[in-house]
Amino acid sequence: MAEEQSAAKKPAVIRVKLEWCKGCEICVAFCPRNVLEMEGGKVKVARPEDCTRCMLCELRCPDFAITVE
Amino acid sequence: MFDYLRYIRERNFPHIWCSGCGDGIVLKALIRAVDKLGISRDEMVMVSGIGCSSRTPGYVDINTLHTTHGRAIPFATGVKLANPKLHVIVVTGDGDATAIGGNHYIHAARRNIDLTVLLYNNYIYGMTGGQVSPTTPRGKRASTAPFGNQEPAFNISDLAEAAGASFVARGDVYHAQKLEKLIVKAVQKKGFSVVEILSPCPTAYGRRNRMAHPVKMMEWLRDQTVPVAKWERLSPEEREGKVRTGIIVDVDKVEYTETNDKLIESLKADK
Repeated sequence: MAEEQSAAKKPAVIRVKLEWCKGCEICVAFCPRNVLEMEGGKVKVARPEDCTRCMLCELRCPDFAITVE
Repeated sequence: MFDYLRYIRERNFPHIWCSGCGDGIVLKALIRAVDKLGISRDEMVMVSGIGCSSRTPGYVDINTLHTTHGRAIPFATGVKLANPKLHVIVVTGDGDATAIGGNHYIHAARRNIDLTVLLYNNYIYGMTGGQVSPTTPRGKRASTAPFGNQEPAFNISDLAEAAGASFVARGDVYHAQKLEKLIVKAVQKKGFSVVEILSPCPTAYGRRNRMAHPVKMMEWLRDQTVPVAKWERLSPEEREGKVRTGIIVDVDKVEYTETNDKLIESLKADK
């Protein structure tokens, strides 16, 4: 049941503006669901299906580089 | 998703702040606060001095004024007196507002003129190379204190309270949503309002104090901040090494532009 519900929910769209990302890692470190990873000194959206849209990455990104929809 | 692009000067991005600098997080909280306040951008002026924090107005698409070192508050006072209907927001830092601009800071608080001062406190002079500022804690290292700072630090919120500010709050960039709410309250308050904002500087402060990684600095902010209500219940020993965050002062006092307007009206009536 729970699985069905989460499958029915539209997955979050996490966008990263790589040319603005400075690779501070704040979004990666404080994501409660471990959705993000570092790759080549910048953030990479590794597991968008786990995102709960808590918006903490967007709130704390100092570079206006990550958005969650 | 919040649409920040409506409020920023996109051509100036990516901004010049270092990787992991908290100033970008403050800028975002400020933009959300401006949006929430619903004040027309034509009725708002942002004034800054010199320093990393003072680059903020360059990134927002509202009326802005970038002035000389330490003098953001005097310029803002002039703007406010010329047109008291404007909401004037001063963006400044610990070096700008409490060292070279220290006198302006306390006297504007004493006067209780209706300005909102967002004072980014990163505990150091970031832009000029990590020199000791009035808020560098004792024992912490800076480029001008390679063996640790010997001086006691200013508590800039307590300083504003003692000087007579009608609203004083402290926020930090780890708690970004709370910070946004504090900025909203500070702008709404009639009178001199200060929000001291703890913002990490990994480059100049962190590297010298074993917190080179931006995440380390954010954890440090998370661990040292205590909400005001909880702070009241702590013993002096428990308060050691911690700072309280939230609204510290919120009182109603006679405001300067109001008394000034009344004086002008009475002098006109005498003619």
